[in-house]
Amino acid sequence: MSQTAPQQPVADERVKEMSAVRRALIRPELGGIVGTIAVFTFFLLFAHDSGMFNSQGILNWSTVSAQFMIIAVGACLLMIAGEFDLSVGSMIGFSGMMIAILSVTLGWPVWIAIIVTFAGCVAIGALNGLIVVRTGLPSFIVTLAFLFILRGFTIYLPQTIERKTIIGGVRDVAEGDWLAALFGGKILGGLFTWMGNAGIIEVFERGTRQGEPVVDGIPMLIIWALALMVFGHVLLTKTRFGNWIFAAGGDAEAARNSGVPVSQVKILMFMFTAFCACVFATCQVMEFGSAGADRGLLKEFEAIIAVVIGGALLTGGYGSVIGAALGALIFGVVQQGLFFAGVESSLFRVFLGIILLGAVILNTYIRRLITGER
Amino acid sequence: MNSRTTHEPIIRMVKIEKHFGSVIALAGVSVDVYPGECHCLLGDNGAGKSTFIKTMSGVYKPTAGEIYFEDKPMHFEDPRDAIAAGIATVHQHLAMIPLMSVSRNFFMGNEPLKKVGPMKFFDHEFANRVTMEEMQKMGINLRGPDQAVGTLSGGERQTVAIARAVYFGAKVLILDEPTSALGVRQTANVLATIDKVRKQDIAVVFITHNVRHALAVGDRFTVLNRGKTLGTAQRGQITPEELQDMMAGGQELVELEGSLGGTV
Repeated sequence: MSQTAPQQPVADERVKEMSAVRRALIRPELGGIVGTIAVFTFFLLFAHDSGMFNSQGILNWSTVSAQFMIIAVGACLLMIAGEFDLSVGSMIGFSGMMIAILSVTLGWPVWIAIIVTFAGCVAIGALNGLIVVRTGLPSFIVTLAFLFILRGFTIYLPQTIERKTIIGGVRDVAEGDWLAALFGGKILGGLFTWMGNAGIIEVFERGTRQGEPVVDGIPMLIIWALALMVFGHVLLTKTRFGNWIFAAGGDAEAARNSGVPVSQVKILMFMFTAFCACVFATCQVMEFGSAGADRGLLKEFEAIIAVVIGGALLTGGYGSVIGAALGALIFGVVQQGLFFAGVESSLFRVFLGIILLGAVILNTYIRRLITGER
Repeated sequence: MNSRTTHEPIIRMVKIEKHFGSVIALAGVSVDVYPGECHCLLGDNGAGKSTFIKTMSGVYKPTAGEIYFEDKPMHFEDPRDAIAAGIATVHQHLAMIPLMSVSRNFFMGNEPLKKVGPMKFFDHEFANRVTMEEMQKMGINLRGPDQAVGTLSGGERQTVAIARAVYFGAKVLILDEPTSALGVRQTANVLATIDKVRKQDIAVVFITHNVRHALAVGDRFTVLNRGKTLGTAQRGQITPEELQDMMAGGQELVELEGSLGGTV
């Protein structure tokens, strides 16, 4: 109750006091927090001596989680705004291929290739959004079409131009490029060298890199993931635009009646999702030094699952970026943890399916708690 | 003459006609609305109530006739013009989002901003405080400003919508059948809210086809029938039976009432 209330209001006898548990339950992040604690407990118990929690192991699952996180943030905001984007995976493949073709095949400077690719992908995102808003078709169908269109081009272009489906050599042309370093570089190298020297983290025992720390910096991929998460969270919860995102997804008609520019909000969120896919692709291309026609396969679904585990409703209007980021973390930890624990990696898919089902059922229950529906 | 109606009308609708193709929905309806009065607009389904208020709130442009707002002729191009002038409409199907909190709903589209450096953020503290205060004025006890609108009853949601319109400076509040889907207790709450709003010198246009609800709060009553007005009556000059007759066009209802024992 607000302290500035003019008088102590009389309690309504029909409003039951909410227990602390119920109050916590209606926070969208709850599922993500519980899940995170559960998977860390599990792997600490069963895989603690497998190298999963030494500096290299931590870097390993952090990187994988960060990949999921980048696309989950975009998918989360879009889902809260009431739409889906199934073309995220194809967009990852397409934008990676664009960068490789522009920089390696056409010989453009890498920074120009990256900027042109970003502009192109965000424009495709805007087109996705425009079609959805103008036609009123479900975004499921519109972006499914783009899933195939973009994937088709991603395979067709390198085959016609280079007669192969993987274009390598990006690392060579990206050497010393200022913008490429923003995606493929590492930071805090000095800190890790110091930690290595101080004996806090492991160093190479022998070989050409003897004495250097095994982890020589934080990949920019992780920085991007954290930056996008903070940006998305602040945008959603602390700004006017965030209120519009909730409103657009909660009830587009009611939002329009109140003066919310619903169409612009949705189109912008499609563009942001495309931007996130492009960040993912650029980091991946810089890391691998190549672009492949099959990159990003099924990523759209993994992003959606991370978002749903994070407590967002598939129907829109409710969710949390922090939750989605935790969903992505659960993903990364489990995928890599099963590897460290020596479990057959195909079981990861089984786990995905089960956790998705559990999360959706839990979310439906939570939705009833919030809205008081019965 | 009622003391309230001695000053100038805030909105005057003069001989409004609205044709849709060959259908004449309104055939010259004139209504004056004064600040601080509750003007009930009654009529059966198809009488032209909705067309009339949509003309008043800028959704339709009249085919003929004049609208004077604060004594100046007004030509609303779209509902935003009307809202900007201070004419707010609360629809039966509300502009409320169940999953969002009361305070987020209250300020939806009009979010208060707080500057932090070069950035502008949603001022949640202000929004929460104002929401609690305004709700308390209307006699609704919220568990907290973060309570979801979905947990409120239909009557409470109407009240939130009305409080929102009043807070954002409505001079004319159009309520489109606010009580038609509500229970007895909730209806009473909404009618009490209308009374509170009227006392703030806001003109309330209350659309209903329920004579009892109209008589409970109305100062003046205008009955529409088949696109025409059958005149405006002052409170106390008209009985429920007369109103009911005018709404239904007399004839048939007299026969019906006989068989129903005057209970309609």
